[in-house]
Amino acid sequence: MPMIETKDGPVWRRRTTRHEFTVWFCWLIGVAIVMYAWHLVSEKTVWFFVQDAGRQAADIGARMFPPKISYMDQLWWPIWDTINIATLGTVIALVIAVPVAFAAARNTTPHVLVRACALFVIVSSRSVNSLIWALMLVFIFGPGVLAGTLAIGLRSIGFCAKLLYEAIEEIDQNQVEAIEATGATRAQQILYGIVPQVLPTFAGVGVFRWDINIRESTILGLVGAGGIGLQLNGSINTLAWTQVSMILLVILATVIVSEWVSAKVRHAII
Amino acid sequence: MTDQAAPSYPATWKRLPLIKNPTLRWGIILGAAIYLATALGTMEINWSRVAEGLPRGERFLAAFFPPNFADNRGVVWDGIQESIWMALISTVAGIIMSIPIGLGAARNLAPRWVYLFNRAIIAGSRTFPEVILAIFAVKLFGFGPFAGFIALSIGTIGFYAKLLAEDIENMSEEQAEAVKATGASWFQWINYAIQPQVMPRMIGLSVYRLDINFRESAVVGIVGGGGIGATLNTAFDRYEFDTAAAILLVIIAIVMALEYLSSYLRKWVQ
Repeated sequence: MPMIETKDGPVWRRRTTRHEFTVWFCWLIGVAIVMYAWHLVSEKTVWFFVQDAGRQAADIGARMFPPKISYMDQLWWPIWDTINIATLGTVIALVIAVPVAFAAARNTTPHVLVRACALFVIVSSRSVNSLIWALMLVFIFGPGVLAGTLAIGLRSIGFCAKLLYEAIEEIDQNQVEAIEATGATRAQQILYGIVPQVLPTFAGVGVFRWDINIRESTILGLVGAGGIGLQLNGSINTLAWTQVSMILLVILATVIVSEWVSAKVRHAII
Repeated sequence: MTDQAAPSYPATWKRLPLIKNPTLRWGIILGAAIYLATALGTMEINWSRVAEGLPRGERFLAAFFPPNFADNRGVVWDGIQESIWMALISTVAGIIMSIPIGLGAARNLAPRWVYLFNRAIIAGSRTFPEVILAIFAVKLFGFGPFAGFIALSIGTIGFYAKLLAEDIENMSEEQAEAVKATGASWFQWINYAIQPQVMPRMIGLSVYRLDINFRESAVVGIVGGGGIGATLNTAFDRYEFDTAAAILLVIIAIVMALEYLSSYLRKWVQ
């Protein structure tokens, strides 16, 4: 235990001098890096606009009030689209994620190379944001719901497959051995030994991702991939601030409802 | 097994259905089928546009072999750097702001009104995706990384403060009581009883959030928030698919590196 000697006897300290110095030095480097980063960012900032921000915020805030309730008539269809994008995207992702997860799990993968490929699929799907997927797909499939659905699907494969393959790796191996002892084939072992064990995780992951996807599908319209984001983008571009606030309220309500639904379903499953 | 009166053992076995109540089971299946049919039916797919886009998709895929790192190297490098610095300072700023909010949002530390107030801040910043925050930040603070920095910092608060508060609520009370019994002041109590308990998880989470912020920084650029997203968007707009492919590969590489770093750091801390 590090002590410091004083006239009145030893006093307890948390760290030795050497340790304290190391910690202090790490802090110094960290702060220096952050200051450097801050310097670079502030160089590219027009500070006049930043000083003006408070007034701008008050101005926009005043323009956004009150929300234009009558605009709701035109929003039902985009909300339906948004929910469809999220749901169908999640379905697509789950359908593809299952084989990928089985290929990526150490105990079910047919070959090490297959596992490497599956892991690469998972990482690349996860690292590219759904908005970027949408940006690419809009170029290929044209603006609309299809591009958005596929973007959500492609983005969610990695997430679902990752959580699923971790669950597959953590199963109780005894049950699989018991099935194997009955003379079951490899496919039967997976179907009767592994699938029942990971099914709750599978459902939980699906609902959890659906909840996230609702949130993400609200913004896909910004790049033209359908959903309520299209209206949001249009309203912002035409400076129709009362419509913007109405859309934000609708997004808020959708997100709260989807969170509630997903919490209920997950509670029922687990 | 159910058929006890039978003189011989049943020769076949069927798996038990997942949902026991047949009405509910068929109801769910039928409901899902109707929903899927309606959702797919209302999806307006312009097949001629898809046919037109497929060659473009081919060209885009072909651009990955090989990606063009050379032509726009300066621009890409600038964008990546800006994204990294932006992600770094927004993580640091977000965490600094999260600490008081997280302490206030822990039920076992704060009085009720402080708790509710801080929970409201967290819920508010969690509801809207970073991109929507970025749109407003761009409106208020002008184009550039500063707007992205503000949006990502606010997003970080919702994530980090919530997890910090939950971690504090789950800490072991004995240690906190023991430190309190020595007559420690409030700050000493936080510093010696609570901080050591939550620190390991929080360090891991901050690297994870840095990873998320970097990924999101690629997206806030699409709406004008600076960073690599702006470069990527320009590359798409100019149909420079080979440059876009290069940017995507760089993003994937950095995200993989960050993921590796965060798992390594978490192991080291624990």
